[in-house]
Amino acid sequence: MNKFDYACPTSLAETLGLLRDGDEPMLLAGGQTLVPTMKQGLAAPDLLIDLNAVSELMDLAVVDGEVRVGAMCRHAAVAASPVVREKIPGLADLAAMIGDAQVRNRGTIGGSVANNDPAADYPAALLALGATIRTDRRDISADAFFVDLFETALEPGEFIREVGFPACSSCAYLKFRQPASRFAIVGVFVARHRHGVRVAVTGAGAAGVFRWTEAEAALDGNFARRTLSGLALEPDQMLSDIHAGGAYRAHLVRVLTERLVETLGADGARSGKK
Amino acid sequence: MMRLETEINGTPVAAEVESRTLLVEFLRDQCRLTGTHVGCDTSQCGACVVHLDGVAVKSCALLAIQCQGRKVTTIEGLAEGETLHPMQQAFHEHHALQCGFCTPGMIMSALDMVARHEGDLDERTVREELEGNICRCTGYENIVKAILDAAEMMRP
Repeated sequence: MNKFDYACPTSLAETLGLLRDGDEPMLLAGGQTLVPTMKQGLAAPDLLIDLNAVSELMDLAVVDGEVRVGAMCRHAAVAASPVVREKIPGLADLAAMIGDAQVRNRGTIGGSVANNDPAADYPAALLALGATIRTDRRDISADAFFVDLFETALEPGEFIREVGFPACSSCAYLKFRQPASRFAIVGVFVARHRHGVRVAVTGAGAAGVFRWTEAEAALDGNFARRTLSGLALEPDQMLSDIHAGGAYRAHLVRVLTERLVETLGADGARSGKK
Repeated sequence: MMRLETEINGTPVAAEVESRTLLVEFLRDQCRLTGTHVGCDTSQCGACVVHLDGVAVKSCALLAIQCQGRKVTTIEGLAEGETLHPMQQAFHEHHALQCGFCTPGMIMSALDMVARHEGDLDERTVREELEGNICRCTGYENIVKAILDAAEMMRP
């Protein structure tokens, strides 16, 4: 690992100052991606700003009907949160499926969202739930936030304070995971809102997380499994690697979506693991 | 170099570390606590699991300096003198190991599991919860039995 300076601020104000004055700074959240990346030499910040003591980023509360999850909330905390479990059970289920227990004890929503790994779980939830990403300077809708593989709308030096999730009628997440890394080969999040259905897919898209708008339109007309039977995604717009080819991923997206529609259509309940 | 003041297995420790020193490197190379193992070094295998403020973490994905002012527990901190911790004893009695390389991480993860589920574990839960710990010898059978047994013994 390259050498770097290390700072551990205890407030947002101090963090902003370090970001402004630092030479090539990077933010350390849970470190479950960044530390391994630094070990491989693929990230080499001059200044590492550790957010683990910034308590302002750790709140989890309901404000104006919106579930607001601080950027430094760990996956284990979201999975175990009675508030999330009650308001958005699909989000609690998703958090409980990320990585493994030790990763969930460290990894954070802000870190996952800012990294935008094409196989990460959270981006699918943010997109399907129509979440708002609140940074140190503005609000960004999930639709505008996820740009491309490992690329987001965040500007240099901009960081996530919290993610706001509006209430939905019902929602659920299912993933078909790579058994060693536990990342999604395909993950699908379906959310039923008063104004329509949203279907977001992670792990599969060649440009990262995406909304399957054809499925959304079909399900808006009739929220039933058979509605999806004629729909197909283009294999060449899917990721393809040693674990799964594009055609297989495209197939899995439809199968998982069908299962979610069945679950949500039957009793409006949430899902479980595959 | 940075000054690190932390607590390891109940003992205050002060040391000079580089910012880039991983917790597992600090434990093994500077503290000579070699019970914590480096298996994959890519945070998948779980051989390096220790507790940070009572919570299981992979010490190959954490910087030593991040333990400033906090409490670290390693496998060496579990036994009371010659008396093994109930989880260690259960692993011994069920022969929940063959080569033993994964065992320290297994035991530290098992204790975190028991704590989070307040001892209320069943076989399926244990198997799911072990997804972050890889054993290449045993097929997990006796590990699962040992954890279930220890969870019973540890009930208050």
